[in-house]
Formats: sequence, structure tokens, C-alpha cells
Amino acid sequence: MHTRYHGIENIVGNVLMLRAEGVGNGDLAEVSYGDERSLAQVIQLDGDQVFLQVFSGSRGIPTDASVRFLGHGLQVPFSDDLLGRIFDGSGVPRDGRPELDAEAVRVAGPSVNPAQRIIPRKMVRTGIPMIDVFNTLVQSQKLPIFSVAGEPYNPLLARIALQAEVDVIILGGMGLKYDDYLYFRDTLEEAGSLSRSVMYVHTAADPTVECLFVPDLCLAVAEQFALQNKEVLVLLTDMTNYADAMKEIAITMEKIPSNRGYPGDLYSQLAARYEKAVDFDSAGSITVLAVTSMPGDDVTHPVPDNTGYITEGQFYLRNGRIEPFGSLSRLKQFVNGSTREDHRKIMDRMIQLYANSRSTEEKRAMGFRMTDWDHKLVTFGQLFEKRLMSLDVTLHLEDALDTCWNILAESFEADECGMPSELIEKFWPKK
Amino acid sequence: MTDDSTKNLGRIHGVNGNLITVVFENPVRQNEVGYARLGELLLKAEIVRVRAGKCWLQVFEDTVGLKVGDPVEFSGDLLSVELGPGLLKSIYDGLQNPLPELAEQAGFFLERGQYIDGLNRNTQWDFTPSVQVGDLLKAGDAVGSVPEGMFTHRIMIPFGWKGQFTVKEISEACTCTVEKVVAKVEDSEGELREVKLYQNWPVKKAITAFEERLRPTENMSTQVRIIDTFFPVARGGTYCIPGPFGAGKTVLQQITSRRADVDIVIIAACGERAGEVVETLREFPELEDPRTGRSLMERTLIICNTSSMPVASREASVYTGVTLAEYYRQMGLNVLMLADSTSRWAQALRELSGRLEEIPGEEAFPAYLESVIASFYERAGVVRLNDGSTGSVTVGGTVSPAGGNFEEPVTQSTLKVVGAFHGLSRERSDQRRYPAIDPMDSWSKYPSLVDEQMLKEARTMLRDGRDVENMMKVVGEEGTALEDFILFLKAEFLDEVYLQQDAYHDVDGASSAERQQHVFGIIHSIMSSDFSFPGKDQARQEFQRWQQMSKDWNRTPMDSPEFATAEAKLMDAVNAYRSGSGKEN
Repeated sequence: MHTRYHGIENIVGNVLMLRAEGVGNGDLAEVSYGDERSLAQVIQLDGDQVFLQVFSGSRGIPTDASVRFLGHGLQVPFSDDLLGRIFDGSGVPRDGRPELDAEAVRVAGPSVNPAQRIIPRKMVRTGIPMIDVFNTLVQSQKLPIFSVAGEPYNPLLARIALQAEVDVIILGGMGLKYDDYLYFRDTLEEAGSLSRSVMYVHTAADPTVECLFVPDLCLAVAEQFALQNKEVLVLLTDMTNYADAMKEIAITMEKIPSNRGYPGDLYSQLAARYEKAVDFDSAGSITVLAVTSMPGDDVTHPVPDNTGYITEGQFYLRNGRIEPFGSLSRLKQFVNGSTREDHRKIMDRMIQLYANSRSTEEKRAMGFRMTDWDHKLVTFGQLFEKRLMSLDVTLHLEDALDTCWNILAESFEADECGMPSELIEKFWPKK
Repeated sequence: MTDDSTKNLGRIHGVNGNLITVVFENPVRQNEVGYARLGELLLKAEIVRVRAGKCWLQVFEDTVGLKVGDPVEFSGDLLSVELGPGLLKSIYDGLQNPLPELAEQAGFFLERGQYIDGLNRNTQWDFTPSVQVGDLLKAGDAVGSVPEGMFTHRIMIPFGWKGQFTVKEISEACTCTVEKVVAKVEDSEGELREVKLYQNWPVKKAITAFEERLRPTENMSTQVRIIDTFFPVARGGTYCIPGPFGAGKTVLQQITSRRADVDIVIIAACGERAGEVVETLREFPELEDPRTGRSLMERTLIICNTSSMPVASREASVYTGVTLAEYYRQMGLNVLMLADSTSRWAQALRELSGRLEEIPGEEAFPAYLESVIASFYERAGVVRLNDGSTGSVTVGGTVSPAGGNFEEPVTQSTLKVVGAFHGLSRERSDQRRYPAIDPMDSWSKYPSLVDEQMLKEARTMLRDGRDVENMMKVVGEEGTALEDFILFLKAEFLDEVYLQQDAYHDVDGASSAERQQHVFGIIHSIMSSDFSFPGKDQARQEFQRWQQMSKDWNRTPMDSPEFATAEAKLMDAVNAYRSGSGKEN
């Protein structure tokens, strides 16, 4: 099993081909030459031809490099000592400390039996009104943050990480700028959160293939913590880089591209990762928040598009704030029915009115005469943006709901705001 | 591992994703099931191509660890499901493995190579015969029945048997398991065949053991106003719900699965989120079926092949679902099969096609996509059975078009074959107008609950209102005539109080056929009245007030006294501004 093979026949992109026998699909191999060594994984078998994807890239690999098959698939060492550690995309420590000596667990294991899942019911309070009131985050949820390059998505992710009440934070960086990596590390460290975090970071300078393993490593580790009764929050940034890495490999392998060069199984591949988010019946949970940058602010781009179909909603980050339109937490109705009786109604009505106020703004911009109603809508829109939408606002849910009623009362009469009469009686601010 | 000498074995020659190439010696069948051996594990697979002495199998599991030279056992059978009592209330994966039982065996995770019989072999059923020795039967005729929950489950002559059969032996009324031979019948060749409580059926073949197909004409009430009134679905019909993500496809299907006026609902969660199925799994046993007062689960069957489960069985899952639907149709029941989402199924076809290196069609979907989709939807229908009773299979599929653009191959192929189209729009869902079915784009070929003439007028009003709205964006409100402005308000009113519905409200969420007919009549009369208002602001204020009243009205149960009060209050408010009831336009 551990025979060494020499004689690589093809090197195309990051994929090597050599002839070998008794090799399992998905097995790992070690490719070494001179002082260099790298892991590689079997991605296809055809007769005695074995196709290997080299983690560190194929640059400089000689055709007589030695290849040793390890006889097992991708694994990651797991123990509580992981907390506070930082690794790269192939699981090698990035923090200068020694390798972890712990039992290895499999990476990219089978999915959870749907019959073993439970309906999520715990809200994750973030203190951000646009999330807590309008699109409540729920434990075991998987949510992307759709964002254009240049938006403060990493700071937002970091802020959610610090404010959210969870036991373990696992941060996966894919194609992360080195500065951003340092930003995350320092932010978590300053807030004292590093000790409850594990980071797997692939930076833009690292080989592309390593990018492919970051989500799997993060989620495999998250799964282990969750099985130990921990509430885990997995933060991934940026999934578009991950998809691009998949595209690169697929094209190298001469797979037929489906949409803008992405492989036909993009949906299944992304789903396999996101679906690791789970609330175990008798153990912990995994919540996934993933940044997905939208090239050209285009939500129909294959990556955000496929992601939207997989995740349980999405947050749009635009102009430095979470957009109320399009942003959606699909699980919110599991938790927002039991927060406060006015929560659901006021959430819907505020958004409807805000939509009207935006179209009124358009009308105003075109120079049309404004009616009384239009002026009220404009006032409403401005108050809404200032007191709730701004990312600087930190409010408890209940305070945020009261703020909603205040905004309504400052803008409209009670019988024109469109709220059910019994709620108006109870919550309409008395002058 | 039992004796290999009696088995038809092949050897793996290549592995590419979930596709394996196998060298074989003895004959194999196209679409035959084979099992790839991985140590002690057997991984189920299906032959999808035979070429040059090799066959290609798509494996329904992860292929990690398979080696060149590993043995593959061919079973000789096509991919089949077991049909018999005990299907209802089950939760299956795409290959009819019961998931709760798998969980008992393997715990939290779906480990590979675990297969369990679709029907429990230990459950006892009370069999009652309905034929006598000497009776002449054919495929699909009942030999007896067992009670399954609230249904009488017919035990039928296997659907694939050809010709006439004479009953030679029939069991007395007894309590038995599905394995029990309850009848022995003789075919025209004089050979004796055994009838058990269950039979196997290859999923990709439609069951045709009935007299004739009928035209679907009867309205299938879903209690959703915009569907039943504006874009109705008929029993035995087909419909599709395309929409961008977040527009509410799945919520709409969940509502339908609860409230649809059918006997049995089969939910095929095909390549979508696991969380959504879990909601159904956990909530249905607790929910009461308003039609029967029993648990909703008793009329439900769930096929669950969510997005992270193996792609190949995703393809099988829609067929498994529709086969089970056809089976219950054979008992004279009305069955609704919901597939969420057919796009994921099409993507599974695309992945396979890509691995087989077939020449791709549009967006890399295979060229045969259209015919595959058409033949799937064609399995819906109303049929007259051998005994004269009728049964139906209604199929509703969601479509998840890339980028929300309906011009893509899956949506277009589906639109060609369905009878109703409920197109969801991003614009409406952004405005929180639920259900976000676009009243302009959608259509239905089936008859509505309400008078067609009134409906036509309502549609015209919506369209005219939209035109005025668009015009107002250009010329502004002040440039719009009061008459046109009122038209716009009327259309808005219809939209707000009738087309939109609060799915999470007990009363508003479920609008019976009777209620829809009544309310639509009132709304229609308001819309066809002429009003005189001193100005636009007053007109807007009044309409907003009426909207508020109508929404309160929508939230009162129809049999309560408040219903009539709310109605009278609304009519009084409206009548104060009525200047006549002549029809406009």
C-alpha cells in the first residue's frame, strides 16, 4: 500500500497523472521531490491511470517526483486543543506552534439524516436591529452575506462573531487578503474571543487547491464540537473565491462548464457544505454565516444565485447597511412568534411602508408634486434609515420594536399606518 | 458475503465522481441495479450506459475509497419500489429507504451502503378478501383489502402482469404481514402465480393498469385565494411554480400540502434544504387534517432527498414519488404529488450527462431534458379504474430558475407541458405581497371556483390598474385623471385584500371555496361600482380605510357573527361613496 511511485505522465494545471494500482478514489498521497513535499488527493481513476490534485500546486514538480499513497482520505486532527489555533488550508499550523497530536477525524463525511434534525427554535441575538427585528438569525441557520467588493463585510462578520452568543467560533478564510486575516485575528484577540475560536485561513497568496479544503476542514471540526454539545458558529469568507477555485480545477479537468464557466455540480458542491449546518436532537448546533461577494453587484451571478437557493435566506450588504429588500431570514418565523406579539406584524408593515417611501423618493426625484401622504412616507423613510438601518445602531430586540412604533407615530396617524387595530391599541405610543 | 459463483459479477475499471466504469462478462440490462462492493459495504448503483464491453453505472452513494478491480454485483432488476400497505406516514429517501429506521441503525449520519426494506416486514395487517375462487381478474383488480389508517388499501393483482387470471386460492380474512401470499391465480398458460400484500414496480415506468384517462376538470381547492380563484389547479392536472429564491415557492407548497382538498399528499423534497423537510416531518404529526380531524401525517408520505444527499438518488426520488402516487390512485383516491424542486432534479441529470461526456444542450443541460420533463408530468391524470371508480394524480413542481430568469431550459420545458403556471416574482416578494404569484404573468387552463365573466373583469381591472400605475410613474399623480386614479386604487384594493393572504394566520391563511365565492362576489361588486370622491387624497384615504376593514374581515372566521358585522361595516363605508353600480369599461 505504501509503495512509492515514480514516473508522472501528465501534469495539467494542478492535476498529475501517473500509473498505479490498488488506489482508492479520494485517497491522499504525498508527492515529494528535493526538500519539497505536498499532499495530493485522488480525484479520478481510469484503469491504472490515477489522477491526483496537488494541494500546493504543480509548479516545479518534476516528472520523476516520488508519490506515496497514504491509503486514507482527507482527515483533520481534532481535540479541544484546537481552540485558539490558526491553520492554513491544508491543516498546517499558521501560528508557528507545533502540529496538533490528536485523533484524526474524517473530512467531508456523510450528511445528517433529515429524520434526526429538529426544528430550530433558538434565536441568536446580535444586537443589530436589521437582523434581530427584520431578519432574525436562528441557531443552525445557514446564511450568506451577499456583498459587493468594498463593502465592510469582514467587519460585519467580525462584529456578529463577537456579539453572538455561541460556544465556539470557527473561521474559514478563502482567498483572504493577508490584511484581512490579520484584522480577524487581532479583532478576535482583542475581544478575548480567540480562545474560543479556531481559524483555517487560506490567503490569496497560497496555492488555489488549498482553498478547496477550507470549508470542509472548518465544518468537520465544527461537527465534532457540535457533537460534544457545543453551539458552534462557522464564519466563512469568501465563498465566491471557493467557487472560483472549483471552477479552476473543473476547467483543468476538462469538465463541461454549465454557466459562466462554473461546473455543473456547483449547486451540489455548495449545498454539501452549507447543509452541514444543523441542530442536533440531543447535542449542539452548527450555524453558518458565509460571505459571498457578488461580482459586479449581480445577484444572478452563478455563485450568489446558487447560494440563495441553498441557504435559509440571505443578507444583502449595500451602501454600508443591511438592505431590507431582498434580505431574508427564512427561519425567523420559528422564533419571532414568541418574542413579542407585535414583532411579526410590525416587521412586515415597516418594510411595506419603507418600500412605498422609496418609490415616493423616486417620484420626488423626478420633480412630481408631493401629496400629504408622500411627505409622511418620506419622513418615515428617513427616520427608518437613521434609527434602524445604520450599521452603527446597537439595540436590544425589544428596544428596537419600540423604536419601530415611535417611528410610525412620528410619521403617521394611527388609522393610516396599516397595523391591526388591536396592536395599535396596545402599542401606539401615547403622547 | 455469500457465495459469489451464482452472482453476475463485474469489475471496476474506472471511477469518476459518482460514475464508475465496469467490465462485465455475463449479460447485463440497461438501467439494471448493481452494487459496488467496498469491503463489507455494498453501494447501490444503476447502469446508465453500455459501450464496448463496459458499462457505466451511476452510484447512489459517495464513491470515496472504491478501487479499480473492486467487484460489482449485478442484480438483474431495474430500480424498483415496493408497493403495499404501510407506505403512508413513511419518510423515505430517494431510493425508498425509511429514514427513521436508518437513524435507529446508524445514528445522526447517513452512512453509506445502508439499505432497509421500504415496507416493514413485521407490521401486521388485517386482510379481508373481496374475490372468490373462480373469479376472473386482470392487472390492477383487487383481491382484497387491508385498512391503512383512514383508507381502505386495495391489494391488487401486480400491475405488470398481462392477460386474464383465474383465482385458484384466496386467503380467508386474516392478520398477516406484507410477505403473506393471500391469493394464487392462474394465468392463460395455466401457470400459478402468487399475490402478496405488496408488489415491486420499476419507478421509471408509469402504471397503466386502468381503463382510460379522463380530462381533469374538477377544481382542487388549496384554500389559497389567488390560486383557487385566479389560477386554479384541477384534480389530475399539473402545475408549476417557478420563482427566484426567496419568493416563497416552498412556503406555498407547504401550505398546499396542508390544505389541498385531496386524499393523499406525497411530498418529494428533491435536492432542496433539509430544514424545510424537517418542518414537515416534525409538524405534520401534530397538525390536524381539517377534512378528517386526524393527524395530517396519516395522509402524507415524504420522499426526502435533500441537497446534501447523493445526487444520483435525487434523480430517482421524483420517480419514486410519482410511482407511489400512481399506486394510491389505483385505489380510487385523489393524490397530490409535490416536487420541490424539479430544477435540482434536472441538475442531477446535467451532472450525470456531463460525466458521461454527452454533447451538452443549452446551459449544459442534456438534449433529452425536455422529453424527460414532459414524460414525468404526463404521469399525472384522472383515470377511470377497472371497477369504474376514478382516481387522480395531481403533480405540482417548483422550478428554481438560475437568476430568477424564466427563459432558462428547465422553466421553458416545464411550461410546455403543465396546465397551470404560478410564476412568483421577486418584485412582489420584495414588497411582501404574499403569495408572490404574479397576477399578470401567471395562467391556468383549468376552471375557476368563481364565475368566469367576473374573473375576466377582475383580471382586466388588475391590468388596467397596472397601466395607470406605470403611467403615473411618468406623468405623476397630478397628471392622472381622478377616474384613472380610482381605477388604480381599485386594482390595489383587489390586490391587497384578495390576492394577498397571510399564510400564518389561522383564518386568513385558509380560505374555503365557499368563502372565496362569497368574498369575491363582494369585492367584485365594489370594483364594478362607480365612486365619487372630491379629490385624490380623499379617495386614497377611503380606499386605505376599506382595505383595513377588509383585512380585519379576512381575519374573522366565516361562521362567526363578527364576519357578518365586519362585512356590513365595510359595505356601509363603501356605500357612502357609491355613485351607482354600473359597470365601468
